[in-house]
Amino acid sequence: MARIDLVDLAHSYGGNDAPQESFALKPVTMTWRQGGAYALLGPSGCGKTTLLNVISGIITPSRGKILFDGVDITPLSTQKRNIAQVFQFPVIYDTMTVGQNLAFPLKNRGVPKADIDRRVAEIGRLLDLEPYLNRKATRLTADAKQKISLGRGLVRNDVAAVLFDEPLTVIDPELKWQLRSKLKALHRELDLTMIYVTHDQTEALTFADTVVVMHDGRVVQSGTPAELFDKPAHTFVGYFIGSPGMNILPAEVRGREAVIDGHVIALNRAYDKLPAGAKIEIGVRPEFVEAVAPGPGLLTAKIERIDDLGRIRFARTRLGDAKLAARAPAGFAGSDGSAGLKFDPSHVHVYADSLLVEGAA
Amino acid sequence: MDKTVNQKAWFLVLPVFLVVAFSAVLPLMTVVNYSMQDTFGNNQFFWNGVGWFKELLDPSTDLGGRFLASLGRNLFFSMVILAIEVPLGIVVALSMPREGWTVAACLIILALPLLIPWNVVGTIWQIFGRPDIGLLGYVLNAIGIDYNYVSNEVDAWVTVIVMDVWHWTSLVALLCYAGLKSIPDAYYQAAQIDGASRWAVFKAIQLPKMNRVLLIAVLLRFMDSFMIYTEPFVVTGGGPGNSTTFVSIELVKIALGQFDLGKAAALSLVYNLIILIVCWVFYTVMTNAGVERKVQASSEPAAEPKPSAALKPVPALKPKEGVA
Repeated sequence: MARIDLVDLAHSYGGNDAPQESFALKPVTMTWRQGGAYALLGPSGCGKTTLLNVISGIITPSRGKILFDGVDITPLSTQKRNIAQVFQFPVIYDTMTVGQNLAFPLKNRGVPKADIDRRVAEIGRLLDLEPYLNRKATRLTADAKQKISLGRGLVRNDVAAVLFDEPLTVIDPELKWQLRSKLKALHRELDLTMIYVTHDQTEALTFADTVVVMHDGRVVQSGTPAELFDKPAHTFVGYFIGSPGMNILPAEVRGREAVIDGHVIALNRAYDKLPAGAKIEIGVRPEFVEAVAPGPGLLTAKIERIDDLGRIRFARTRLGDAKLAARAPAGFAGSDGSAGLKFDPSHVHVYADSLLVEGAA
Repeated sequence: MDKTVNQKAWFLVLPVFLVVAFSAVLPLMTVVNYSMQDTFGNNQFFWNGVGWFKELLDPSTDLGGRFLASLGRNLFFSMVILAIEVPLGIVVALSMPREGWTVAACLIILALPLLIPWNVVGTIWQIFGRPDIGLLGYVLNAIGIDYNYVSNEVDAWVTVIVMDVWHWTSLVALLCYAGLKSIPDAYYQAAQIDGASRWAVFKAIQLPKMNRVLLIAVLLRFMDSFMIYTEPFVVTGGGPGNSTTFVSIELVKIALGQFDLGKAAALSLVYNLIILIVCWVFYTVMTNAGVERKVQASSEPAAEPKPSAALKPVPALKPKEGVA
């Protein structure tokens, strides 16, 4: 168990001389605290698996350092790193029983037999694998196999962290939910640092207390699910998290006002020192835009359709070229094809070149 | 189950039946026919019943003695080359590169011996091992090792075995390499994470994943080595004495040297049967090892196709008839 620090860590499959834009993992400095449940969230190809493999030592980073409790372990091999990792597809040692599979990481490290048996029994119990412990591991179902893989990741109680690389991809949706809750429970019970890679925001938000969002090889934001929702640090985070994603609209921002198509939208904070020449946009979650009957002083948008999600309805509208989703209150039908938009000033954020700008109070 | 019974469907099997009859059954039956008779040339045949078979299995007779001795030599030879080629092939496959241009280079170099015709291999080693002009024989004698495969039985055996290892280890290595290549990277990564040593990786991942190709390798090498003829015939001619006379060499001596068609036919039938039985036993034992594992794990009845076991070694029939 350890705190993990990444110091100016970067990796390029093309070597360090490649232009930085092509790096699979762009320089990142961050800290994973001991005992945390982290999710590494991002679309396919954003560098999350690369980051994970760098931490576990499968890939040697082309730049930077990794510290476990302040000790530089960058040059150490995976075996010496004291880290566990579970892969996307189940890995089973065919000739061994389920119990032997679980014992394998301990046996390789010369743990005394009594301790191994105790640990295997415990993990078997936690993962509901007890009835299978003496059976051969081949021919079990995919999710039982993946449970074994998970078990091998969790069986060592002295690891710095357990890394999960989209471990539930092969599992049925129903079981997926159960296993995720199980992992969450295991996290509480075993007090392990867990890093969970996924491209599924529900999975990330339900599992983790800190979600790290990656985009194009860069860590764009790390925070609690609430922070990611309320205050996305990057337009990508706003767009990627939440369903539907955040509305991003090009606007002119002056002081406490944003101007779209000549309409003024009030802002809660003052934005006087915006970088010159930057692309200025405002971002607001659909939950904080209300679609009402068009009226004076309201930005008017064309309604394309209204999505009824049961608990909530969203009006999909169009403002010139930009699309915008807005909450449609009960009783709003938008029958004339257009809607007035009421923005909640406290939830309208300003972005310069996609990065959040903190206004002055 | 209500299945429509249509006896006319048998006609659809007829073409295959005819082809098999002409290519396998009829030639085999000629051999069976010969094995029951004796001939003194001039196409005159005399009925002998199971006489040849009795003689064949009785070591006190000339035929039986020669057959059983050569059979013993043959089995010993097969065991020795399997014991060398299989582990060696695995080691070679494990030490081959996984990527880059060296892969192609290794594959080509390994495949080269396989591309050389049997009698050329024999000729190469026959000359290579000669003490007067052969590089190997000359050098060995020059450094003080008294090596002469023409006069020394042990030297003859060593030469024949080394030659077979040189010729066929590549096959085992290539098969194993194919097996190794099919193991996903995730297995190696997981083993790294689990702190597995090189040996543990081999035992827990590589060997189990290779067992299918190893089964094929063992079967192929056993059948081939049990039927070996050309190479030892070219190198040692079965000598010195009878020390490297394998069953096929003995068979040719009887059939074409002495023109004892009856004895030769009986011998070739028994020879054939031994190969079939040994291959069948090999196959069942090695596939059953896998089946048991599966039955144990799933408790659902694992219906492994058995009939194919009987079909597999059939190719072994063909070359035998050619010899007889």
